[in-house]
Amino acid sequence: MSKLVAFAAIQGGYNVVSEVEGDLRNVLAAYNADTKVAFPNTGYYLPVIYSLTGHKVETLEDLQKPMEFARGLLPPHIKRVNHLPYLGPLLDAGMAAIIAYEIKEGIRAVTDPDFYYPHEDPDLDAGKIWVGPADDIILRKRGIEFVDGTAPGFAAIVGAAPSPEIAKAIVEDYQLKNLYIFCAASHNGTSVIDQLIEAGVTIGWGTRIVPFGPDISSAVFALGFANRVPLIFQNITPGDYKKVLLYNKDRIFAFINALGDVGTHWACAAAGCVNWGFPTLADTDIPEILPTGICTYEHVVANVPHDEICQKSVEVRGLKVHVSEIDIPCAFGPAFEGERVRGKDLYAQCGGGKSPCTELTKMAEMGDIDDGKIEIIGPDITDLKEGDTFPLGVFVQIAGREFQEDFEPIIERQIHHLVNYIQGVMHIGQRDIAWYRISKSAVEKGFTLRDIGVVLHAKFHQDFGKILDKVQVTLYTKKKDVDAMTKGAKADYKKRDERVEKMTDEGEEIYYSCTLCQSFAPNHVCTVSPERTGLCGAYNWMDCKASFEINPTGPNQPVEKGECLDPVLGQWKGVNDFVYKASRGNVTHYNFYSMLVDPMTTCGCCECIAALLPSCNGVMTVSREFFDDTPCGMKFTTLAGVMGGGQSSPGFVGHSKFNITQGKFIKGDGGLLRMVWMPKSLKEEIKERIIRRGKELGVPDLYDKIADETVGTTEEEILPFLEKVGHPALEMDPIIG
Amino acid sequence: MVEEEKKEKVAKPKKMADPAAVSIDPATQEMLAQAQKLGIDTIFDRAVTMRPCNIGMQGTCCKMCAMGPCRLPLPKAGIEGEDTRKGLCGATANTVAARNFARMVAAGTAAHSDHGRAVAEVFLSVARKETDDYTIKSPERLLQIAPYFGVATTVEVDGEQLDRDFDEIALEVAEKAVAEWGKPEGELCYLKRAPEPLYERWKKLGELPRNIDREVVEIMHRTTMGVDQDYKNIVKQCTRCSLSDGWGGSMMATDFQDVMFGAPSPLHSEANLGIMKEDHVNIIVHGHEPVLSEMIVAAAQSREMLDYAASKGAKGIQLGGICCTGNEMLQRHGVPPAGTFLQQELVIITGACDAMVVDVQCVFQNLANVAKCFHTKLITTHPIAKMEQDNVIHIEFDEHHAMEDAKRIVTMAIDNFENRGAEVMIPKHKAVQIAGFGVESIKYHLGGTFRGSYYTLNDNIINGRVRGVAGVVGCNNARTRHNEAHITVVKELIKNDVLVLTTGCNGIACAMHGLLTPETAQVFCGPGLAEVCETVGIPPVLHLGSCVDNSRILLAATEVVKAGGLGKDIRDLPAAGSAPEWMSEKAIAIGQYFVASGVYTVFGYHMPLEGAPVLKDYLYKELENIYGGMWDCEPDPIKHAQKMIAHIDKKRKELGIDKARERVLMDMADRQALEA
Repeated sequence: MSKLVAFAAIQGGYNVVSEVEGDLRNVLAAYNADTKVAFPNTGYYLPVIYSLTGHKVETLEDLQKPMEFARGLLPPHIKRVNHLPYLGPLLDAGMAAIIAYEIKEGIRAVTDPDFYYPHEDPDLDAGKIWVGPADDIILRKRGIEFVDGTAPGFAAIVGAAPSPEIAKAIVEDYQLKNLYIFCAASHNGTSVIDQLIEAGVTIGWGTRIVPFGPDISSAVFALGFANRVPLIFQNITPGDYKKVLLYNKDRIFAFINALGDVGTHWACAAAGCVNWGFPTLADTDIPEILPTGICTYEHVVANVPHDEICQKSVEVRGLKVHVSEIDIPCAFGPAFEGERVRGKDLYAQCGGGKSPCTELTKMAEMGDIDDGKIEIIGPDITDLKEGDTFPLGVFVQIAGREFQEDFEPIIERQIHHLVNYIQGVMHIGQRDIAWYRISKSAVEKGFTLRDIGVVLHAKFHQDFGKILDKVQVTLYTKKKDVDAMTKGAKADYKKRDERVEKMTDEGEEIYYSCTLCQSFAPNHVCTVSPERTGLCGAYNWMDCKASFEINPTGPNQPVEKGECLDPVLGQWKGVNDFVYKASRGNVTHYNFYSMLVDPMTTCGCCECIAALLPSCNGVMTVSREFFDDTPCGMKFTTLAGVMGGGQSSPGFVGHSKFNITQGKFIKGDGGLLRMVWMPKSLKEEIKERIIRRGKELGVPDLYDKIADETVGTTEEEILPFLEKVGHPALEMDPIIG
Repeated sequence: MVEEEKKEKVAKPKKMADPAAVSIDPATQEMLAQAQKLGIDTIFDRAVTMRPCNIGMQGTCCKMCAMGPCRLPLPKAGIEGEDTRKGLCGATANTVAARNFARMVAAGTAAHSDHGRAVAEVFLSVARKETDDYTIKSPERLLQIAPYFGVATTVEVDGEQLDRDFDEIALEVAEKAVAEWGKPEGELCYLKRAPEPLYERWKKLGELPRNIDREVVEIMHRTTMGVDQDYKNIVKQCTRCSLSDGWGGSMMATDFQDVMFGAPSPLHSEANLGIMKEDHVNIIVHGHEPVLSEMIVAAAQSREMLDYAASKGAKGIQLGGICCTGNEMLQRHGVPPAGTFLQQELVIITGACDAMVVDVQCVFQNLANVAKCFHTKLITTHPIAKMEQDNVIHIEFDEHHAMEDAKRIVTMAIDNFENRGAEVMIPKHKAVQIAGFGVESIKYHLGGTFRGSYYTLNDNIINGRVRGVAGVVGCNNARTRHNEAHITVVKELIKNDVLVLTTGCNGIACAMHGLLTPETAQVFCGPGLAEVCETVGIPPVLHLGSCVDNSRILLAATEVVKAGGLGKDIRDLPAAGSAPEWMSEKAIAIGQYFVASGVYTVFGYHMPLEGAPVLKDYLYKELENIYGGMWDCEPDPIKHAQKMIAHIDKKRKELGIDKARERVLMDMADRQALEA
């Protein structure tokens, strides 16, 4: 009965708006009107208000306008009989409540600035359970998972389950389906998050269980997360509310689970979410709205049993999830990737400086290996006692008619996240610096080392079945075997690195496109060449090649580069033709090696953004982890906002961290020697490579000549430094000319 | 003496209508009985005593010249072999019936469009600031239509797009608009509001209207003695003329009424004779142009007039409407309609009607005779619509002194309150209604400020909850049982999950019979439509206004096309049109523009085409190949509705939505394949 929902939602809208109006009056009486209002580290202000209305809230005073807007949205109450239509009014009342909730959270940022613990994971020991709104770093990092399908959507859970066990069961079901679980609000004095902590579940962004906040108003952070995606990835103008909301309906597969009694404060929030196309499924007997239209399918579904709520939610939202069934005693899925195994939970470990631990993947002849053979040479977990450290060598052999030696590192790199997907097992590092930590709970469930082999065998077949036929895994746990394997492996690593480093753009006729992000940024198309890795840092030329072999109709297509139109700026006719078609006519051409002249476009998930610094005659670049001001006058988020969504923006270019030291990095504009400023953290991260590349370019002390934030964050501040150290950029031709 | 006896003898067996047989509405039945008791004859009685002309009925009486009338009835046995019927000049039955049909289209177009012209001219006075009584109540609406007239709403100043001066926009729109009736070249501005394939079809067929008056004139020319004698060619001009009504005069009437008087939004009201109040001054406004009624509403609500009414012993002033003036006042102010076309005499027979104010169209001359029997002041207001009877008062309404004129009329009604006789009888029957729907307000209610879109409707059409959409409109006809066909057709449609859009007297009929309340959906609708109505909170029948507001149905259909998923043209939609109790020439013009816009249109009662079977076939069948829409006639209301449903089902099948929709679950690859 939609009418009852309308009553409740409209009533709720009035209540919430009135309450928040009171809060706003009080805070304006107690604080100066120009007191700053901001969520941590975001370039999108209060993101729901900003994305829907274009209004930037920066001070308390700025909250007045959206408050009035929310009040203005409130419709007349609905009469019991012979009422006027209410669908539009109920959606408006819901939106009014959501805007009011975001204002409420904005006020909280002023009056109680330490209420949230703005990190990826909560600090349970300090009692800091609630992490509050996602900042732009988390958003971009996690956003890629939404883009590439690792995370198909999110479940926003409000309230609490009848027991911690049920809460755990529901949440684990979503984890298995790879969804994010955004939690807010409480019911009967507890919340799903409290229940999960009680049940010993690791919470935080890492395990995809996000404790937003204890109030229903904190649920607005889920919408703030969702609304930044179209702004970032499709360059939708803030204020274009229709497009923002339809983007969410079509591309963000989110829904709400209301666990517990749905009062007016929840009802209006649920009604508000319908504007996004996000339906609500409740475990209580609330009025249902089944016809479709605003949401893709049903709008409100009631009385859903707890053991069916996950499946039903996914179905109502119209989402298809692929769950990998792996025959191991532990749960398995990307949601467990970020799970920690802390000291008190640890059963045994290897690597991490405590014992040797090496991983190697090698191609084998078809006749030499048996598919599915998993051999453990040495003691297994069951032979160890709690607290033990053991050596480990993971040796994977692959055979297949389509397999190539070049694919070895690609397959090998998968081991890290695949092992991490096992619930209760933690994996860090790779190659000969890998580190495994196995928890007590995993061992209690019956986990053995063999299961690592089971996972690798199954997942390699699942994900790479097109290029491989046989997978054999050998696990060495005797030190001498591991040492021997490590010695051989080191030689292999060296050979591989050299092979990749020697590849040049000139040496390959085929580049690869990457349209993975088109699920979110439909006009953007990346082209990946050997010397220009994907701007997200996740795909290099070899990855794309393998990806194409695996899925010939997938997002990575070979592009015959064709006639070279400009060798200096890096432009090819074949690439242009492909890009024109793949961008649906939006981009006619771009240059690989220039940020000044028609640079390559970006979807919004680039690792770094380089920007022109005209008075320094050079460029700077900033990575997304750095959230302070930069010499170009913009923070990373602002820069990304200016240029995301498939636009070519001269003066700026998105690129990966790795690309900075590749030979063709902005070669058309003068190359790496133009680099005058980088954040310290980024500089240090790629220190060795900068030094090496500097030597190649004849400036062995280039690393020391690049300014960072300790020197200054404006051009005026860094220029004297550059002059003092004699930065090569200052001697180069004028960058604008 | 002998003569008097003879007269009495003749008068004695005078047949009278049986109230229960001529109307399904109890209020009408009671008032008809009262009229008969008082010896006052009404249209219901006259329909019993006077039969229609048989040859005229067939459409084959030609009186275009003084050599005729030539009568070409179809032989009772039909025609075997060659049809040799012809008039003195040789005109065939097809030519005669097509000419008569065309002249109905011309008259209907003229009526709607002259109404539109009057409105546009008032708007011109507003834009020129020549009147204080009318203003622009909906500037958004003006900005919405300005681009269709090629009027810019922004100006470039130093490279920046700024809002253009509003008065300037208004004046330019007004000037462009009034030119639509007589511009020397080009085509009507609004034609491009139609879906592109539709516009292109008209263009290809050479049927784009040039200016409104010209198309009417051309019909009159082509159908006069010895001009166009090819029925297909005559029908082509019928299309061009009717389009200048639906996508021209009527549409502009609607738009400029919205601009000046406000765009309707859903509201609560009532309908039927029971809305009149014994202790109030009752003023009934009848006719079509809201230019008059808007002022009467304002005057009747003024403190000055209310005080004056109180001083005369009345508890207030009750306004009521008849016909489309009733609908106009309803849609924008919630003033309840007192009845349909066929109830106009009955309003006076209550004895409680202190003044009836009329302007143009659908006004019975017999009102004057009925008014003579009561204290009722019958006031004509339009220079083109006067009455010969001497009890009729003419107060000419002029937009420059509109409020003054309105107050004069209301004062006259109040003064008349004390003159009521003892014979007051107001039937107790009235029904609640939710009215006031329009293209924009429906859009809002389908998703609110943020998600309002016709797609919500389309989605439910695609998933089969809503089978299709029907426009059911039009008059009453004294030759059929009052409201029976209206209500039966509508109920049959909603029972079969067809959402109904209504205008005109069908709207009033539906209101009187309680079909315009949200609660109705749970009683009369199929389960799918009921569920959608419950979700949106709407009645299953949406009242879109007066007969010029049929243009709103065209635009709603266009919005549905634009929202996507149901084809690219109006002809693709699972939709149909109907006028179950039509009588006016205006209905023929409306029918023709609906057909030419791609809508299957079924009329009730009878069509004046039976005498020309070839022409009839052309209109009922061949037009579908040209426009996708075609005419039909079906007097039986159930069969009538079923024919519409069959057409809707045919269109569903063509769209591939005749089967239950599967739930599509999307994975990442599906999402990557989504268009931008």
